[in-house]
Amino acid sequence: MTRLTARHAGRLAAACTLALAALSAQAATTLTIAALNNPDMVELKKLSPAFEKQNPDIKLNWVVLEENVLRQRVTTDIATNSGKFDVMMIGTYEAPLWAKKGWLNPMDNLAPEYDLNDVVKTARDGLSYGGKLYALPFYVESSMTFYRKDLFAKLGLTMPEKPTYTQIADYAKVLKEKGGVYGICLRGKAGWGENMAYLTTLVNANGGRWFDESWKATIDSPEWKKSVTFYVDLLKKYGPPGASTNGFNENLTLFASGKCGMWIDATVAAGMLFNPKESQVADKVGFAQAPTGVTAKGSSWLWSWALAVPKSSKQDDAAKKFVQWATSKEYIKLVANDLGWTSVPPGTRISTYNQPEYVKAAPFAKFVLSAIQSANPNDATLKKAPYSGIQFVGIPEFQSFGTVVGQAISGALAGNMTVDAALKAGQATANRAVIQGGYQK
Amino acid sequence: MKRTASRQLQYVLTTALAWSLALLIFFPILWMMLTAFKTESQAYQLSLFFMPTLESFHEVFSRSDYVSFAANSIAISGGVTVLSLLIAIPAAYSMAFFPTNKTQKILLWMMSTKMMPSVGVLLPVYLLWKNIGLLDTVSGLIIIYTLINLPIAVWMTYTYFCEVPKEILEASRIDGASTWQEVCYLLLPMSLPGLASTALLLLILSWNEAFWSINLSSANAAPLTVFIASYSSPEGLFWAKLSAASLLAVAPIMVLGWLTQKQLVRGLTFGAVK
Repeated sequence: MTRLTARHAGRLAAACTLALAALSAQAATTLTIAALNNPDMVELKKLSPAFEKQNPDIKLNWVVLEENVLRQRVTTDIATNSGKFDVMMIGTYEAPLWAKKGWLNPMDNLAPEYDLNDVVKTARDGLSYGGKLYALPFYVESSMTFYRKDLFAKLGLTMPEKPTYTQIADYAKVLKEKGGVYGICLRGKAGWGENMAYLTTLVNANGGRWFDESWKATIDSPEWKKSVTFYVDLLKKYGPPGASTNGFNENLTLFASGKCGMWIDATVAAGMLFNPKESQVADKVGFAQAPTGVTAKGSSWLWSWALAVPKSSKQDDAAKKFVQWATSKEYIKLVANDLGWTSVPPGTRISTYNQPEYVKAAPFAKFVLSAIQSANPNDATLKKAPYSGIQFVGIPEFQSFGTVVGQAISGALAGNMTVDAALKAGQATANRAVIQGGYQK
Repeated sequence: MKRTASRQLQYVLTTALAWSLALLIFFPILWMMLTAFKTESQAYQLSLFFMPTLESFHEVFSRSDYVSFAANSIAISGGVTVLSLLIAIPAAYSMAFFPTNKTQKILLWMMSTKMMPSVGVLLPVYLLWKNIGLLDTVSGLIIIYTLINLPIAVWMTYTYFCEVPKEILEASRIDGASTWQEVCYLLLPMSLPGLASTALLLLILSWNEAFWSINLSSANAAPLTVFIASYSSPEGLFWAKLSAASLLAVAPIMVLGWLTQKQLVRGLTFGAVK
């Protein structure tokens, strides 16, 4: 027994030494990249050996995580100035907030062949703070309307290029009653990035906003009431059962298996719906812009996943080099050669949309680009608003109160409370958050 | 006659209840196993009948380096088990055989450290680990897990030691055994089933711990929990791949649990009062 314990202790010591040795053996130019798990990032990881070949002195280490885990993980790291990551994947929501705190290295002095002017301007604007760019967009998305061409033709309906919400409601009724499918599928799952992303564009389209110019919440306004009542009625009458638990993935599955007549969601779904391997309706998908209401302002969202280099990185030159490579024209060509043009990261560069191969392979290309180019995060509401962001409010508190409001509306959709009660609760929550945050004077 | 009939009925009922409970508890794991062998679009259907495929496993193996994650998991949970027992055994020994009037309070205080949610101390621990260079190291994770699991380890070994008759240890002391000999030749062998189950529990707890492993590791020390966390996705279908990854992650510990089932049950029910 004595020997056993001694051996265990020895083994433990060995394990510790090994771990310490591993720590000190780290090369000077190893970049650790925190990335999101989505198809485009998986492809980047797969193709990254090409970068390592070009730059033999740089080695890449990948940490791939799910969105919420990633957000928590990189926020902890950057807020404590720990420097465990040299490249971080962040969204349009984080970039300006973190730049304001001085956590990010500005993306200046880029190589001339990078051709920054080729990067879509609205995407750059969404990642800038105080006129300076702080992250380079890896892929950009907006929202649009997907519909079933075959059913529309059969029922004698025509989807205009720019539909309105009144038309959408009419089509949903016909599709449900005569088409044998759910008229419309929309996000219902609570969350600031789930149902609230869509609902905020609907509120924008109806002329509403989250806060007025003196930071008073306006969720009790007629615009919100009109929007949320419309949304709840539409889904209850013509939507799938249990819509209050459907997020992007659930709706994608419903639409791809031919159960939805229409769906309004992220442009990134286009590539998935057009892929015959994943979708049973690949040859039947039509698309149009996101519907508008009293205004077209803010009716489609703008989101990008972008690569940023934190101030705490000790290898910022190498990190910047990698970020430029991953968002370059050259990288887009690499993906096209590997997976085909339909799968290239969308929305980042004008030059991608000038490629005849891309326009031919991806019939949705034109719509995606015009949706992205017309989305302006600094002017997204009919009446002026004190915040930036289209489908979100660009303040740190939004993550929390946005989700609470989302839960109330999801509850109304599930029938647990009335729309009025949900909006009243939402109004109180949002107002409290901005008072506590010191925005409201 | 009537009595045996009712006994039989009781027997059948309890058996049925036990089986349905077991099935209920096992169901999520069963479903995960089935989903792992489906394609992504099949994963969203509730059907039990499908053509099994290894597609997701291929994808998982080509996308991430399973072996390095698994190696970290083994090193971490092995290290935690050994280190925790090394500290817990002497602590429990002194508390079980030489109690003072503070012993019960110390035990309770130790348990109270488990009452705070982990996220409450995330930032202080993160900063501390950063400053002493333990972030993203296997040793850093071993230390934090040991700290988390120590209360359980001490409590369990303490209760097992309490079952050992004091007189036997006294007798050995009269025969001239040193403390070291007393512990190694008498106490440890006598409470071996209990210690074995403590070790197993420590192993399982540290194998499955996800919060600290995700937050304190990045690339070098990441165990299997981080491997699983990379397969969930807000945009794109992921259930089949996530299930395949999870199955690969829990398989080693499930096999271990299966093999040591007897020890585990014996240890957990060790003694007359439990």
